[in-house]
Amino acid sequence: MNFEFSEEQNLLREQAQGFLADNCPTTLVRRVLESDAPCDAELWKKIIAMGWTATTIPEDYGGLGLSYLELSIIAEELGRALAPVPFSSSVYLATEALLLAGSEAQKQHWLPKLASGTAIGCYAVAESAGRLSPNSLSTTVSGMNITGEKIPVADGDLADFAIVLARATSHATGDGVSAYLVDLHQSSVTREGVPTIDPSRSHARIQFDESDAELLGVPGEGWSLLQKIADRAAVLFAWEQVGGADTALNMAKEYAMGRFAFGRPIATYQAIKHKLTTIYVKNTLARSNCYYGAWALSTNADELPVAAATARVSAIQAYYFAAKENIQTHGGMGFTWEFDCQLPYRRSKLLATNIGSEALWQEKLITAIENRQLA
Amino acid sequence: MDFNDTPEEARFRKKAKQWLAANLPSSDELADLDYIGRAKLWQKKKYDAGWACIRWPKAHGGQDASAIEQVIWNQEEARCDRPDGVFGIGQGMCAPTMMAWATDEQNKRYLPKLASGEEIWCQMFSEPASGSDLAALRTRAVKDGDDWIINGQKIWTSGAHFSDYGVLVLRTDPRVPKHQGLTYFFIDMKSPGIEIKPIRQISGGANFSEVYFTDVRVADAQRLGAVGQGWKVALTTLMNERASIGDGGGGINFNTMFNLASKVNIDDQPAINDRSVRAKLANWYVQESGLKFTGYRSMTALSRGELPGPENSISKLVGAPKLQDMASFALDLLEASGAIWDPELSEDAGRFQAAYMNSPGIRIAGGTDEIMANIIAERVLGLPQDIRVDKGIPFNEIPTANS
Repeated sequence: MNFEFSEEQNLLREQAQGFLADNCPTTLVRRVLESDAPCDAELWKKIIAMGWTATTIPEDYGGLGLSYLELSIIAEELGRALAPVPFSSSVYLATEALLLAGSEAQKQHWLPKLASGTAIGCYAVAESAGRLSPNSLSTTVSGMNITGEKIPVADGDLADFAIVLARATSHATGDGVSAYLVDLHQSSVTREGVPTIDPSRSHARIQFDESDAELLGVPGEGWSLLQKIADRAAVLFAWEQVGGADTALNMAKEYAMGRFAFGRPIATYQAIKHKLTTIYVKNTLARSNCYYGAWALSTNADELPVAAATARVSAIQAYYFAAKENIQTHGGMGFTWEFDCQLPYRRSKLLATNIGSEALWQEKLITAIENRQLA
Repeated sequence: MDFNDTPEEARFRKKAKQWLAANLPSSDELADLDYIGRAKLWQKKKYDAGWACIRWPKAHGGQDASAIEQVIWNQEEARCDRPDGVFGIGQGMCAPTMMAWATDEQNKRYLPKLASGEEIWCQMFSEPASGSDLAALRTRAVKDGDDWIINGQKIWTSGAHFSDYGVLVLRTDPRVPKHQGLTYFFIDMKSPGIEIKPIRQISGGANFSEVYFTDVRVADAQRLGAVGQGWKVALTTLMNERASIGDGGGGINFNTMFNLASKVNIDDQPAINDRSVRAKLANWYVQESGLKFTGYRSMTALSRGELPGPENSISKLVGAPKLQDMASFALDLLEASGAIWDPELSEDAGRFQAAYMNSPGIRIAGGTDEIMANIIAERVLGLPQDIRVDKGIPFNEIPTANS
C-alpha cells in the first residue's frame, strides 16, 4: 500500500506552505476583500514565478509536466492560505479544458501563455439562477459568432480568454451544445465586475455580442466535455476546500484555547470540544477522499467520476461546516468585520457554488456509481 | 500513489491466501460444534501452522511479524467465511496488557494458550455506576495474606460465561483520589464466588454479562503493575480496545442500502430514482469512502514502518451513528412493513431490523460517541481536559447520585 504523497511531494508542500505564510497572510486576503482590486497582483506574479501555473502543462507546451499529485498539494495550500488569485479559473478549469479538448493549434497558442502566466483563462458557463442544463442555455452561436450573457464568471474581469458553453442557433434545444474558446480582448465583449459573497475573489458579468469564437473540442459534445472538465476540476477544488477547512478548524481551536468563560478556557467545555471534533472528523474524511480523487486524476482511472464526486461532496460539506462553526466558536467576535472568521465562511460557499452545488454533486455521485455498476 | 503491495508484502499476501484456501475448515469439520468449539478449532489450526497472533513475539506464541503483515493477514482472513468472534478481547486487549505488565513466567504460561485458542479471556472494567467515568469503579479488593479478597459487581463483560480468565481493575484504597486507589489483576473465571448473569439486550441477544464477586480470592502474584497503579495498566488495555473495536460492522453498508433502494418502490418507481434518497445515499457513500481511504493512509504508514497518525480514531465515531441512521432509513424505505421483524417475512431475513436494534449498543460499547469525541478533542486536537470537580478528593468523599 502506497497511498501517501512521496518525500519529494512533501518537500513541495513544505516549500508551498513557507512561501504562502510569507507572501499570503490573511491581512493580504483582507486587502483584496476591502478594495476594488480583482486579485493581489503581486502575489499572482510570485505564484507564476514559483512555476505553479505551469505544474501539469507538458514540457512541450512550456510547462513543468508534473503530475496531479503535485497540483493537488499546491491546491490544498492555496486553499489553506485563502489566496486571492485567479488560480482555480486559469489552472483547474481553462488549462484543463485545453488539455482535454484543445486542438494542436489552440494548445500551441494558449498553453505556453497559461504556463508562463502571460495569459489568464476563465470558465464562462453559468447564466442565470438555478441549475444549468443543456436546455436552459441561452448563449448562442451562429457561424462562429457568439452572443449572450454569462454571469457570474470567476475571474472574468481579469481573464484574457474564456471557455464558453453555448448552443448553435441551428439547434432549438438540448443538443447542439458546444464549448468555445473566446478571446476576451474584443470590442464586442463587455465585462463588468459583479459583487459576490466573497469579494476576495473576483467575479464578472460578460456579454458577448456576435463576438468571434473558436470551437473547443467536438461540435455538439460540449455538455459531455463540461462534465469531464468538471470532474477534473472538482478534485482540485476539493483540495482547496479541505485546505480552507483546516484553516477554519485551526482558527476555532486557537480561539477556544485562549478565550475564557466562567473562569476557564471555552475549549474545556464539551459543547466546544465536540464541535471541534466534528470539524476534525469531517475534514479528515474529506481529505482522505481527496487522496482518492488525486489518485484517480493522476492515473486517469475509470473511476474518476466516482472519486471526483466523492471528494467534492465531502469537501463541500466539511468546509461549510468548519467555516460556520468557526464563527460560532468565536461568538460575537466571529461576526465582526475585524476578525478573520468571515474569510473562510465566504470562501467556503463561493467554492461550493462555483462548479456545481452539493446537491448537484450528490446526484452526480450516485449516477457515477450506477454507471460503474453497469460497466 | 498506488494501492499495490510492495513485492515483499505481495509475497506475504500470496502465502496467506494460499494457506487460507487450503486450510479453511470444511462444513463437516464444524458440523457438531457450537460457535465456541468452531472458533477454537479454527484458532488451533492457525496456531499449529504459525498463522495465529503473528505480530506477537515467537516466545509468546506469535511469529514476530510486522504490523503491515498483521494487517494483510487480517484482510485476507476477513475475506474468508470462517468461525470468528471469541478471541478478539483476549488476544486484542488482554494479551498486550499482559505483555506490558506480567512476568516472563506468566507470559510463557498464558499467552501461547491464548494464541492457540485453548484458553479464552475476557475484560471486566465497567460497573453499574462507572461507565464513561471508569476510574469511579467501586468493586473492592482487600489484602489478606498473599491474596486479595474481592467483593462487588462488574457489568457489560463480553464472553464472561465462556472465558477461562479475565482481567479486571479493582479499588484497593478508597481513601485516596479515585485514579490512585486502583489496582489491576487477572483472575481465573472459575474462582469460587464468581457468579455470571447474562444481560438481555434490547436486540433480544445476550452478548454481555454481569459478573458478581462475593469473597473471591485472587493471588497477589496475579497483580499487574504496582498496588495503586491500576489506572495506568488499564490505559494499556484501553489503547488496544480502541484499535480493535473498529466501527462494529453491523451488517449493513452503502451497498446493502443501495440494493434495498433499487428494490423497493416510491410512487411506482424504484426508490433509488428519488432525489432525496439519492442524496442520503451519497452522504453515506462519502463517509464510507472517507473511512476506507483513511484506513489506507494508516496502512501506508505501517507499510513504511511509521506509526499511523490519529486518523483511525474516528472510525467508530463515524461508523456507529452511520449504521444507526442507515438502519432507520432502511425501515422507512420499507414503509409499514419496515416494522416487521421476522426471518421469514422481513426483507433480507430481518437484517435491517437487526441493525436498527443493535446499533444503539455499538454507539456505546468501547466508549460512547461522547467519550470518543472527548478523546479525539484531547489526544488529537490537544484541547484541555474538562474541569473535574472530583479531582484530588479522596474517593470515599466524592458525592454520588443518592448519597
